[in-house]
Amino acid sequence: MNITPEDNEDTVWVEREAFIDRIPRWVAMLGLAVLVIGIWHLATEQMGWVSPIILPSPGETLSDLMGVGLNLLNRGYMLGALWTTTRTVFWAFLIAAGIGFSLGVLVGETRFGEKAVMPYLVAIDTMPKVAFAPLFIAWLGFDIASKVALATFIATFPIVVSTAAGLYAASENERMLFKSIGASRWQTLVRLKLPNALPFIFTGLKIAAVGVMAGAITGEFLGGGQGFGALIRESASMLDTPRVFSLILYLSLLGLALFFTVAWVQKRLVFWNKGDRPGGVT
Amino acid sequence: MSMAEPRNLTANSAVPTRPVYEIARLSKTYARNSLTALTDVNLTLYEGEFVSVVGSSGCGKSTLLKIMAGLLPPTKGRVVLEGKPVSGPRADIGIMFQQATLLPWKTTVENIVLPIQIREGRVAAKAAIPRAMDLLELVGLGEFAHVYPGELSGGMAQRASICRMLIANPAVLLLDEPFSALDELTRDFMNMELQRICAEQNRTAFLVTHSLAEAVILSDRILVMKPRPGRIVEEILIDLPRPRTLEMVNTAHFGEIVSHIRDLLGKEAFQ
Repeated sequence: MNITPEDNEDTVWVEREAFIDRIPRWVAMLGLAVLVIGIWHLATEQMGWVSPIILPSPGETLSDLMGVGLNLLNRGYMLGALWTTTRTVFWAFLIAAGIGFSLGVLVGETRFGEKAVMPYLVAIDTMPKVAFAPLFIAWLGFDIASKVALATFIATFPIVVSTAAGLYAASENERMLFKSIGASRWQTLVRLKLPNALPFIFTGLKIAAVGVMAGAITGEFLGGGQGFGALIRESASMLDTPRVFSLILYLSLLGLALFFTVAWVQKRLVFWNKGDRPGGVT
Repeated sequence: MSMAEPRNLTANSAVPTRPVYEIARLSKTYARNSLTALTDVNLTLYEGEFVSVVGSSGCGKSTLLKIMAGLLPPTKGRVVLEGKPVSGPRADIGIMFQQATLLPWKTTVENIVLPIQIREGRVAAKAAIPRAMDLLELVGLGEFAHVYPGELSGGMAQRASICRMLIANPAVLLLDEPFSALDELTRDFMNMELQRICAEQNRTAFLVTHSLAEAVILSDRILVMKPRPGRIVEEILIDLPRPRTLEMVNTAHFGEIVSHIRDLLGKEAFQ
């Protein structure tokens, strides 16, 4: 039953903020990690629900993680393997960025590229690219070149698509402005369309950064050689599951480093793109 | 009231001035859908004159402005600016759009010298910076020369785009609903600013707008256009004294002019 409040009584109506909004992000992340590792620990070491060959306990994984870390620090054989994979990833990313950007400009800027080249790119993109690995090995051998080729092949397409999409992103008004001030096609491309495309291109580069990692490791699984992928396969064939886990963790650091390098360059280069632009400026 | 009289002199001076922009027998047909956007348009802009064109959507007013800007080729007719036929975009045509369209990766002053940079190169653009600063002072944006457009309000951005339009000292200003994206208070203020700038620099301006009040407050002459096919049906001299003030909107005479135009357009809308 509602009673009409007195005249001098304020209306109190406190909006409660959800718990998740009140805690800092790192607390939430730490909480989730503790929960997952807790369940993991419970299922393996504590209760023995899962065999150690299938899933090692957190403790085992941690001690192996330190072992691998020591090997890396003491410049053991694993550092050599990591260096091989790093080189593969680095070259593949650079080549994919170069080819992807060039093809993206061809597709996004020319009618020929849009009409004649793009359909073939889409057709190739829909193929399962990993299936080309044996071909690359046959062509380029078991050395790093075949892995670079596979990783490049996987990572190129997102850059093509995002570059082409970015070149379409300039607004009708911006194009009309450039036309009205007598800009040539080249000037319009360099001074208007490419700067406008940068946020798109970086999105493509971030997807490619993930792609080259997958490509490089797949190449090393299939083609052997000296990389981290080969180490993982060896450890897995010896049922050394803790080792597989820790190798994957170190590998993910490499992927993160590449991803955040791209993100950092994007932040420096695309300084104007801070969310919404105020009215009238777009 | 001198409405609908055949004109031979501009409203704001008794002396006939020099013709700047001459359009005769202009027609535009889009080949794609054989749509006649404009038919038999005749129009002369005199030096220092402010002319507006009003009309419902699809009456061809934007097409007319694009042809005048050299952005669209005419199908037939004579389009001559300063004695030279317009056959493409030109440095002596200043244009302003509904959106300020400032490049967000360039500072305000860099945006203003962009037309110079595109046409004459980096060195000329650098040399034009002092002039750009003067223009920024003119529109009251002096202290915002080196900020990025993301930090400007909508009205400030449009003032910057006025400067960009003026940087090459054009013979004619083409204004395509320049303030229609702004809120009403800012729009009124910007219209008064535009009047001041045009008067101070004796600019010849051509405005396309939806707003009858805006057209009346700014113009020496208003052209009323009707669609299907796009044509000018009436020319109205605005004999309100200059400088115009926002208070004039409340006068009886202002109301008469607006309702006269509305009648003209209204008949068409219900046909």
